[in-house]
Amino acid sequence: MKLIFGYLAGLLFGLGLAIGGMTDPHRVQGFLDVFGNWDPTLIFVMGGAVVTTFVGYQLVFRRQGPLFAETFIVPTRRDIDTRLLIGAAVFGIGWGLSGYCPGPAFASISGITWPLVALLLSMVAGWWLARRV
Amino acid sequence: MDWSSFTQGAFGGLLIGLSAVMLMVTLGRIAGISGMVSGLIFDRFTAESAWRLAFVLGLVSGPLLLVVLNGSLGNVAGNPEAVVGNPIGGVPLMVLAGLLVGVGSGIGNGCTSGHGVCGIARLSPRSILATLVFLLTGVVTVYVVRLMTGHSL
Repeated sequence: MKLIFGYLAGLLFGLGLAIGGMTDPHRVQGFLDVFGNWDPTLIFVMGGAVVTTFVGYQLVFRRQGPLFAETFIVPTRRDIDTRLLIGAAVFGIGWGLSGYCPGPAFASISGITWPLVALLLSMVAGWWLARRV
Repeated sequence: MDWSSFTQGAFGGLLIGLSAVMLMVTLGRIAGISGMVSGLIFDRFTAESAWRLAFVLGLVSGPLLLVVLNGSLGNVAGNPEAVVGNPIGGVPLMVLAGLLVGVGSGIGNGCTSGHGVCGIARLSPRSILATLVFLLTGVVTVYVVRLMTGHSL
């Protein structure tokens, strides 16, 4: 069951990214280009995703626990630390330069190109580094 | 204004939201891609890794399914037939950007999905702040690149 629902959730996520336009780095960068030729499409993607998730989570968290696992595992930290701020800032620079964040980068594998291979490998290297600082 | 791309954007967002809700109600987990994939690669292989792997396979097969169906459901700017857009730059730029995306999402504990979608939906102060920060540095980066090169990358 875990495997089936893991796969289905991933499938929905991948369909959503592609239908929303997140698997196009030009559209993503166009969204960040607010002082240039701004493309607002991603407002609708993020807005649609956040509203749906917000409403859905309200319903789900009325339950005692999930269907096929012991408990809900959600982050509990509420403090703001420098790692969070520096990490988010550095992430945004890479996102702006490439138009790729991790989800769309992996979801774009069916249209693989050498630059995408390079991005995926160095992103994994970045995760490795982050675990050591 | 390109309303069809906005409608598709909202529909895509709805599907992403349904995915996040499905993962929570069935497995009790946040749909955060950076944590999921880095855990899959660097943590010891356990039962957790199995569903994470299944999720990543689903993530890759979603756009592939659209390509196979050939129903022009993609939303690539200026190319209604395409599902996956072309990279903005070559290998050197992507190596640099990938490193920044990896290090940043690694030490910041999340990316657009974990912080930007699931975290905001939980009204987590950490995620709301992280999202504002990466949107800001993303916008500034694109602006600075435009200033330096005279055009976006």
